[in-house]
Amino acid sequence: MSDSYVTPDGRTIGGKVLEMRNITLRFGGVVAIKDISFDIREGEIRAIIGPNGAGKSSMLNVINGFYHPQEGEIWFHGEKRKPMKPYQIAKQGIARTFQNIALFKGMSTLDNIMTGRFNQMKTNMALQMLWKGPAEREEVANREIVERVIDFLEIQAIRKTPVGALPYGLQKRVELGRALAAQPKLLLLDEPMAGMNVEEKEDMSRFILDVNDEFGTTIALIEHDMGVVMDISDRVVVMDYGKKIGDGTPDEVRNNQAVIDAYLGVDHG
Amino acid sequence: MFYREAGDYKTTYAEDSQTFPLKLDRYAYYTLLAVAFLVVPFVINDYWASAVLIPFLIWSIASLGLNILTGYCGQVSLGTGGFMAVGAYAAYKLMTSFPDLNIMIIVLLSGAITAAVGVLFGLPSLRIKGFYLAVATLAAQFFLVWLFNKFEWFYNYSASGQISAPTREMFGYEVTGPSASAPAKYMFCLVLVLGLAWVARNLTRGRIGRSWMAIRDMDIAAEIIGVNPLKTKLTAFAVSSFFIGVAGALFFAVYLGAVEVGEAFGIQKSFLVLFMIIIGGLGSILGSFIGAAFLVLLPVLLKNIMAGALGWPIDLAAHIELVIIGFLIMLTLVLEPHGVAQLWRVAKQKLRLWPFPH
Repeated sequence: MSDSYVTPDGRTIGGKVLEMRNITLRFGGVVAIKDISFDIREGEIRAIIGPNGAGKSSMLNVINGFYHPQEGEIWFHGEKRKPMKPYQIAKQGIARTFQNIALFKGMSTLDNIMTGRFNQMKTNMALQMLWKGPAEREEVANREIVERVIDFLEIQAIRKTPVGALPYGLQKRVELGRALAAQPKLLLLDEPMAGMNVEEKEDMSRFILDVNDEFGTTIALIEHDMGVVMDISDRVVVMDYGKKIGDGTPDEVRNNQAVIDAYLGVDHG
Repeated sequence: MFYREAGDYKTTYAEDSQTFPLKLDRYAYYTLLAVAFLVVPFVINDYWASAVLIPFLIWSIASLGLNILTGYCGQVSLGTGGFMAVGAYAAYKLMTSFPDLNIMIIVLLSGAITAAVGVLFGLPSLRIKGFYLAVATLAAQFFLVWLFNKFEWFYNYSASGQISAPTREMFGYEVTGPSASAPAKYMFCLVLVLGLAWVARNLTRGRIGRSWMAIRDMDIAAEIIGVNPLKTKLTAFAVSSFFIGVAGALFFAVYLGAVEVGEAFGIQKSFLVLFMIIIGGLGSILGSFIGAAFLVLLPVLLKNIMAGALGWPIDLAAHIELVIIGFLIMLTLVLEPHGVAQLWRVAKQKLRLWPFPH
């Protein structure tokens, strides 16, 4: 595949944002990820699919630094990445959401999304103690960005509600908001539609497409709903038992025999 | 006059995030300040100062400090008494080593020294959480008390093993020492309380406070948005210990005047401050004050009723007091884990709709 390509709906996909080269991740004797390589290109929606236990979430955890692979290289924006802590990777511009919602339950929606601005806020402790002046100006400037995210996700009404009191679908949306507030270069979504009904899935799909369209955010997502994946993603990686068994556009993947076998089973008779 | 925000429009984000968003709250706050600064100093007497007001102010600072660490950052600490002792002994050593240094500077420096000690004992918090961290800070409590008893340098080799505060002045008024007047002591503590409460509010409302709460609520998610867990926890330990150190310095220099470490800063003080923030409200500035007021006033009140009005023996009254406080703590934990501050919030919410709740 050449360095950039044009999607069927006319968007131009740029160069490689993230490249995984021959990643192997082991937990003791268990091989969670085995020699996987793939790339994520600027502006695309990249899906990672596979049956349960295929190593998809482990892959995201490798990308944002919870796990350190035993073998392989990670290249981010054309540079080989050294082993880093998750908070250092966040500072490089990778944000994510979790399969099981990981919001700050004691804080309001607004505060939760404001935490997403943490890396962009710089005033030191002395100025924070004074508040009036630089700290307040910075707070207001970041609040404006957060309010844009709140408008975008249509959650204005729950701005001051503690997130613990919100229904599941809204919590998922707030978590997406927190990741968006960081204005990431790469956004990782771990099963953004798990446990949702059809309407909520449609809403979430629309938000993902809009984020990609309006902000040009590069997105990598894990999802089980094949209909959604095939509809919204530009390219798909298919994993099974820690190995990559397919990679390509939704159509290519759909017709890949290894993928069909993994999902439908093989006749061993 | 209705208590509500209707008609009280906010046109900027700064206004929206102010400490008292409702006009009535703001007026109540200004009135309270005016009374505290302009009325109380002129009517205060020794009994009110030493039984109620000064202990309330000092314990407010301590519970603000512990609330930052436990309520906002989620790190349980049972070392409060020990850290107060660090503040007290730092103040004593500074007062006796630098007789010309202003008492305000001495108190703040004692806080800074306690902050450094707090960071040291906060280091294990990266590895251990919850119950286990509480035990580690308990070790700090016992170690520090032992340290100040063991090494005579800390109490300037005095025969009694006690430390006693020399007389120091602020703007010509004596605030420490045996002849310091009640209004001067009160004003000195009040200024510190106001300043520190303001700092606590500012720190907890912004970037740093949110990073503390993020660590408290879900440390894994905090890390992926860029919060460095070690740095954040240690900042909380530092700020919290600063407050507690200042409280310890005041408790020794202004309130008691003379102190024996095991007696004044024992484990029961650690629990006292912990009870204050549990009853008052974890993660709430107002709750710190409510908790301190409650646990300072309640014993005074009970003593007056049981020993004074009913004529019961003092020791019986003291035991019943312990039972009542223990019962109240259980009641708070079961019925309203967020403390009196949460009850207050709920009440205000109801009041906003009153008298038309539908």
